[in-house]
Amino acid sequence: MKTRRLFALSAAALLVAGCASMAPTPDYDALVAQMMAGSFRDEGIAKVDRLKQDASNAACSKAQGGALPDDVAEALQQAALKTVRMPADGKFIGDWREGEKLAQNGRGMTWTDKSAAPDANGGNCYNCHQITQAEISFGTIGPSLYNYGKNRGVTDPASALSRPIVEYTWTKLWNAKAYNACSGMPRFGHGGLMDETQLKHLMALILDPKSPVNQ
Amino acid sequence: MKNILLIAALLTASGAAPAQPKSAADGIAEYRAMLADGNPADLFEAKGEDLWKKKRGPKNASLESCDLGKGPGVVKGAFVELPRWFADTGRVQDLESRLLTCMERLQGFDAAEIARTPFGKGEQVSMEAYAAWISAESRGLRFNLPQGHADERKTFELGKRAFFYRAGPYDFSCASCHGQPDKRIRLQDLPDLTKNPGDGIGFAAWPAYRVSSGEMWSMQRRLNDCFRQQRFPYPGFASDVTIALGVFMGVNAKGAESIAPALKR
Repeated sequence: MKTRRLFALSAAALLVAGCASMAPTPDYDALVAQMMAGSFRDEGIAKVDRLKQDASNAACSKAQGGALPDDVAEALQQAALKTVRMPADGKFIGDWREGEKLAQNGRGMTWTDKSAAPDANGGNCYNCHQITQAEISFGTIGPSLYNYGKNRGVTDPASALSRPIVEYTWTKLWNAKAYNACSGMPRFGHGGLMDETQLKHLMALILDPKSPVNQ
Repeated sequence: MKNILLIAALLTASGAAPAQPKSAADGIAEYRAMLADGNPADLFEAKGEDLWKKKRGPKNASLESCDLGKGPGVVKGAFVELPRWFADTGRVQDLESRLLTCMERLQGFDAAEIARTPFGKGEQVSMEAYAAWISAESRGLRFNLPQGHADERKTFELGKRAFFYRAGPYDFSCASCHGQPDKRIRLQDLPDLTKNPGDGIGFAAWPAYRVSSGEMWSMQRRLNDCFRQQRFPYPGFASDVTIALGVFMGVNAKGAESIAPALKR
């Protein structure tokens, strides 16, 4: 009797196994989570908690480079927009010379960097963007920012006329996902990568009419 | 006479015309061509072949009967079919993880300990040499990873998801840099690894000797530095994610000619 039951059980197990092997799609979400969790370890400032995805990164990963459904993209952009903090003193423009230094600096946030504080971070801007004409070693993943302010008619960044483009630019730097849900650009303000002063210097680099960017 | 002089002058001028300012990429290509005559990878290849045949490890055995996928001891052509599924481990393995298996089973080394060893130290130095020689034995051959086993297909799917996995302080994934054609970081051209980027490009160009650091880098080390720049935590040597990415890139590179071990700036 015992044996017979065992037989019946193994027959059932075989049946289940048979069905499982015919199952068209494994549970990839679970398998990916398992793979990521088992493949990385902490090193310096780069801890495994960095693998955790927020709603934005989860949705954009899943899209695999494709477009998100309109409603999903819209909701993510609205949520990103809400994270943006305008400068506390109402001033948006710093020193373009400091901005150029930050734009050139590609350091920050790797496991070989000592500190994750904003003052240890560069802007990494030239990695992806053309900015001044003098710097020929620029990347092409992002659009050219040469003449950024000039092309948008900014003659006085403090004027009421320039206000919309100034606020748009600040928002883009603070949280690039506010205008493009799966933008490839890091969220410099939202992610705590740059502080207000640094962001103002980058603003000056591309918006100040005196900056070489706008010559 | 005057006319002849003028023509001569024009000819000289037009003859000089090709000396236009070279693009940075041209300059780099020229620099690589200059170096290619004496790729220091040769030295690593020779060392790898020597080590392969040498009796080593606690069991004092060579790797000559190691099965890299085409049968015990077959090295030629093995590299362009890796990563692949192995019956004896029941796993999909890339070159480095397969070498770990052989070093443990044949020679008695502790695979986990080698995997934990930093690049450029201890048995990781042997690993660089093996990778250089084994890849060189497939130089000129075309990538043709098997996808017949269900685990190989599953690993490709996992690799694709790993490739597009965005996270970390910069929201980067592999695709941030390698998901579109004709892009650069600074002046560095970036291969689009979501498809076959061409002969000797991307997956078909590693392992490689890096002139800037004077080191021989296997694909494992290449991926490790990608993850560093992606601002991710530290990937384990031969960890599942690295093998899955190898399958994704390798299958995408089907038909691409391997030039490994290549020469990089």
